[in-house]
Amino acid sequence: MRRLGPFVLEPRLSPSRAAVLGVSLGAVVFALLLAAAVFYGYGRNPWQAYAQIGRGVFGSWPSFSEVLRRAIPLILCGVGLTLAFRAQFWNIGAEGQLLAGAVAATGVALFLPVPEGWRLPLMFLCGFLAGGLWAVIPALLRVKLAVNDVISTLMLNYVMAYIVEWLVHGPWKGPTMRGFAYTDRFPLTAQLGWLPGTRVHWVTLALGVVLALGVAFLLARTRLGYEIRVAGQNPEAARYAGINFTAVFALVMLLSGGLAGLAGVGEVAGIHRMLRSPSHISMGYGYTAIIVAWLARGNPLVAVFTALFFGLLFAAGDHMRIALGLPFQIVGVFQGLIFFCLIGFEILLSWRVGLARKGRAWSGQIGS
Amino acid sequence: MVWADWLVSTVSRALAFGVPLLWGTLGEISAERSGVINLGVEGMMILGAFTAFAVAFQTGSPGLGLLAAAGVGGVAALFHAFLSVTLRANQYVSGLALSIFGLGLAGLLGRGWEGKPLAATLPSLALPGLSRIPVVGPMLFQNQTVLTYIGIVLAFLLWLLLFRTRWGVAIRSVGESPATADALGINVTLVRYLCVVFGGLLAGVGGGYLSVAYRPAWTEGMTAGMGWIVIALTIFAAWDPLQAIWGALFFGALYHLSYRLQAFLAPELLKLMPYLFAVVVLALSGFGGARWRRRAPGALGVPYVRGER
Repeated sequence: MRRLGPFVLEPRLSPSRAAVLGVSLGAVVFALLLAAAVFYGYGRNPWQAYAQIGRGVFGSWPSFSEVLRRAIPLILCGVGLTLAFRAQFWNIGAEGQLLAGAVAATGVALFLPVPEGWRLPLMFLCGFLAGGLWAVIPALLRVKLAVNDVISTLMLNYVMAYIVEWLVHGPWKGPTMRGFAYTDRFPLTAQLGWLPGTRVHWVTLALGVVLALGVAFLLARTRLGYEIRVAGQNPEAARYAGINFTAVFALVMLLSGGLAGLAGVGEVAGIHRMLRSPSHISMGYGYTAIIVAWLARGNPLVAVFTALFFGLLFAAGDHMRIALGLPFQIVGVFQGLIFFCLIGFEILLSWRVGLARKGRAWSGQIGS
Repeated sequence: MVWADWLVSTVSRALAFGVPLLWGTLGEISAERSGVINLGVEGMMILGAFTAFAVAFQTGSPGLGLLAAAGVGGVAALFHAFLSVTLRANQYVSGLALSIFGLGLAGLLGRGWEGKPLAATLPSLALPGLSRIPVVGPMLFQNQTVLTYIGIVLAFLLWLLLFRTRWGVAIRSVGESPATADALGINVTLVRYLCVVFGGLLAGVGGGYLSVAYRPAWTEGMTAGMGWIVIALTIFAAWDPLQAIWGALFFGALYHLSYRLQAFLAPELLKLMPYLFAVVVLALSGFGGARWRRRAPGALGVPYVRGER
């Protein structure tokens, strides 16, 4: 039992699912209350604004479909990150891995002479491999040379973003694009179809959901999944058990980055139909996916739902920009607040908090 | 002589570009020496950059702008300290949240400030006497703002503080083994709060330097990952403030050369150099064994809970 100001804390060893859900929801609601201040700052009534956003986003199928559209890259990246985080590998590089996938897909779409029916499947395959191999670099650097994974994955984001900039300004700049920094438009056989009346490239969405199931199965039911969990939870035990860290981390990152790469394929083949500047391709999905995976607490199936929630946030951002005239950057503030609150509320999960009553003696008190 | 001129101006600009990296790294060394890793440097720097610009624009005083930037950086760091020290949250995640939040908030507040010219910029000084020395004078003592010199002095002071005073012993023991420090009567929580907030002050100034001195303007995302370079530099400098000077100079040179060499290579490929080198340098220091691989503070990243080991 510990005291923290007027509170007493009791360690809680394994929080129940209900506690996890309750605390996570509480954190999100608390963050939205804090975010109300932002609306006040812009001279708007926050409750009216929330209601208007709700009506706008859920009001019609086309506008609700934008939630799905935004959630697609978040599902793929988020599911990939849950895998890395379960192995305690800090993959902050989904953004760069997504872009790597987009680059590979563009290469296949525009420059590879293959039978047209093979083009899209090959784009997904190459996108997966590009994202995955880009992510294997930090895995090997960490295992072989003790390079901090946070830094290497982050730095590779910037490296890949500049590579994309270089490609669209230089060698891949489209001759038909009248000087804009785009590649040429993808041929029709390299474009993903939309659900009618929306921009939901359903193939990528289906892929995301199926792969979420796959990763959940991998983690829960396979030998590799077991090794991943042990390597993450108890590296010492993993070493004694003879688990090959190089192989486990390389595989985890191949899959984690590969999923982000698939997200990149979806964005270029499903939305833009070309490669263009990285800030247009991604809008920070790879960073948001960190919060997606964190909120899902490393559970790939839950990540599908948390990704939908953040897809909703992006769609709301579009709505705030158009209907309320608020800048889109507001989405970043919302994300930051939600992330902060989730972390801050974490203490409620590892500790049961109660009010300290005066005059009550705590026997068996440890420490102060 | 052309080469001499080229070298002089390159070193001079590398030093000027290294200043925000130096301030940020000194701040991160302070936090990490006390056992708290703060991945929020990018967020604190961008908030500092915006604050300094906005305040300097409104008041006409770059000095006030930098003070305000320091304050904002300190407050941001206080959030991190509260989450990671008091609430014992995962330090990595808390820092990431700070960076995401800072980038978002600065982007939101900075709308409408982009492209405004700043009249009140931090002036360059030439140090009397020293600036007259041939070669070295123009290299180091001309066309630098006061923050260059304060930064270098600060590096020496921080080194003295950490390695030559009792406070330094307290800070380092909190970072190495908080339980031992606690048993010796050192207030672990207080030391960590102070070190993290001090780090935030410096990161705020480092960001402010970008927007009122180096390139007096505000653009969204203008720190462009410098805050992450700082984290790498802290490792590269082996948590030693004096080595941080060399590290900052080296990466300052990389940033500067990415503009300077554009006649030879595509600008986009040059701009990725600092980020690539950050990985390469850390990988190289992973090779050579004991002499190169310096150990991080023992309790870095671990929240301290009294009564647990």
